[in-house]
Amino acid sequence: MSLVALATQHLTGLHLVAATSPSGAQAGVAADFSHDNFWIWLLKAVVIVIFMLTSVLIAIWFERRVVGRMQLRPGPNVHGPFGLLQSLADAMKLLLKEDVTVKAADKIVYIVAPMIAVFCSLLTFAVIPFGPSVHLFGIVTPLQLTDFPVAVLYILAAASVGVYGIVLGGWSSNSTYPLLGSVRSTAQVISYELSMSLSLVSVFVLAGSMSTSQIVSSQRSLWWALPLLPAFVIYVISMVGETNRLPFDLPEAEGELVGGYATEYSSMKFAWFFLAEYINMINVSAVATTLFLGGWRAPWPISAINDGMFNTGWWPVLWFLVKLWALIFFFVWLRGTLLRLRYDQFMKFGWKLLIPVSLGWVVCVAAVQGVRQFSSLTLQTILVALGVVVIVAVAVSYLIPEKTEPRTTGKVAPPGVFDAFADGYPVPPLPGQTLPPSPRRARAAAAVASVTDTGTEAQEVQRG
Amino acid sequence: MSAALLAAAAQTATTSGAEAVLFWCLAPVMVIAALGLIFARKAVHAAMGVIVVMISLAFLYVAQDAPFLGVVQVVVYTGAVMMLFVFVLMLIGVDASDSLVETIKAQRWIGWLAGLGLGVVLVGVVTRATYPPMTGLATANADSNPVGVAKVIFGDYVFTFEVVGALLVTAALGALVLTHRQRLTPRIGQKERADARVAAGGSLTPLPAPGVYARHNALDVPALDHLGRPLEESVSRVLRIRGQELGVEQFQSPALPSATQTPTLEPGTEDQA
Repeated sequence: MSLVALATQHLTGLHLVAATSPSGAQAGVAADFSHDNFWIWLLKAVVIVIFMLTSVLIAIWFERRVVGRMQLRPGPNVHGPFGLLQSLADAMKLLLKEDVTVKAADKIVYIVAPMIAVFCSLLTFAVIPFGPSVHLFGIVTPLQLTDFPVAVLYILAAASVGVYGIVLGGWSSNSTYPLLGSVRSTAQVISYELSMSLSLVSVFVLAGSMSTSQIVSSQRSLWWALPLLPAFVIYVISMVGETNRLPFDLPEAEGELVGGYATEYSSMKFAWFFLAEYINMINVSAVATTLFLGGWRAPWPISAINDGMFNTGWWPVLWFLVKLWALIFFFVWLRGTLLRLRYDQFMKFGWKLLIPVSLGWVVCVAAVQGVRQFSSLTLQTILVALGVVVIVAVAVSYLIPEKTEPRTTGKVAPPGVFDAFADGYPVPPLPGQTLPPSPRRARAAAAVASVTDTGTEAQEVQRG
Repeated sequence: MSAALLAAAAQTATTSGAEAVLFWCLAPVMVIAALGLIFARKAVHAAMGVIVVMISLAFLYVAQDAPFLGVVQVVVYTGAVMMLFVFVLMLIGVDASDSLVETIKAQRWIGWLAGLGLGVVLVGVVTRATYPPMTGLATANADSNPVGVAKVIFGDYVFTFEVVGALLVTAALGALVLTHRQRLTPRIGQKERADARVAAGGSLTPLPAPGVYARHNALDVPALDHLGRPLEESVSRVLRIRGQELGVEQFQSPALPSATQTPTLEPGTEDQA
């Protein structure tokens, strides 16, 4: 029975909620894993691990090439075609380097910390859907290792445990800079995970589920990034904070903390931290793709072709990867563009802007959803009403007279009095002040006046 | 946990074989980690013990068909609460361990007594407890586990939940009020610090790095300026005080005039040049 249901879904490209057809799928999960057997699980798990590791190698090469192009230099281009083997060579170098264990370190924690970071970062992709159900060696199975009703919370849990790797690594090194790095990392995680989870809550409210396959199937007509744009923006900002990437790479700020938490690590242990950072980058990009950008669904003009042909079979893997790499390109673009924030600015931004805005947004989404649930109004009516409210509010805000800024707050000196060395340092004139006549110009003029007849010297003076 | 296994466990309503294996793997780990919490000398090791117990508990919750509880346990307790603990503990430093000198002698006896009493009570309860067969889990989880939990929390116990929420908010506000202090001195921000640095008249830029433009790049070799003169402040102050600074003469560029002959810069001379 379920085979027939799946086959019809497969043909029409309409992946209905599995809960409607109680065929053996878990309640609250759209994907149907009931046909999977042990070796299918093993195959998927191995493919996912291989995918992660090769993606990291490509991501490092990609990042260096793109940043190189943004900085008008070629980037790695020697080893292999287009320098593709550069990151492989770097990995080999890290493998063969001397493995230093700091004598003063807390040995067990020092060795376990990078493992925690890598293992936790590998967990996320277990619940990321790469595509709908396909025929794999005669078995109909979704392109996803597993899914359950709290899959997105599981991703958050894996991420929050992974941070212990960074925190414990910095602490166990028994050195000042790593400790500072891990203290920063702790504070960063506590503050940015809040806004991250709050931005995800609005997706849960609209999709009515926390299972990844269900969320993807709920985006059939509209990707959540559009109606939930503020939540998407907040997620993108806090995902950069969560992965310690520029402009939020404070735990490893190389200009301030040498290498941050990884300062005392070398060889393979360092490589594991490095690996974890890039896997995490891919993880959060995959989560953003799945929750906000329609997951494996084809973008609009393509999705309409031939009655949704491109949303079936193996095609969705392509759309998923395109969206994933677009987000990774965004990460690289940020790195090539933005400067690192100061630590207090970063904390202020998180606590005073991101968290209140995401809280307010969740309340708004919940209110709209409540009205939808408990009244007979359609979503269109509600959206039109909300649009009218916003327009009226903007119009009213124009009627309120602008606050006249008192002009006396700045350092405005009385006109005419200009101290060029106001605080012991040469300063330009403030508004209302005029520069005193230049002594050099006066001297030059005097020289010209005195030596008008001797032409050779006058030329020199003019040059000077 | 796989869906099939969960479904099987829900239908038979007894501990399945896989669940028993999971339990007997995790239980010793949890007991060892819990003992580590008690006997660890370093506070961070104790915290790690707690983390291991929490994550293992989460596994058991998931195995018992409570995935929401299990995952939330990790997100909230391991990811946030323990992270706050670790945040505070880390500031103590890696070498710090608790002092084991007993200050109040009588506490030891009270502790032993209370511990023994708790042990007796636990043994009595555990040996007398009988577990009836599990009922109603499948119906409670019919619309997926989170929906079932939500129905209980926001349906049957909504008042309790709201009261607890109000209490927590009150506690958070109380913490804010109690730790609030009135600012007595003006806030010193980046601008004020920069002004003070300029007013102090010292070097505004970072000090020059040692070895730069010299014919050697060691830390104890002073950098040379644009005229080939050694810059004293480029070598670490510690090295200078210890007298470990290398002489500049052998590293100086031979093409330049000797270091003793320093050209004078006067404001007037530049104009004429």
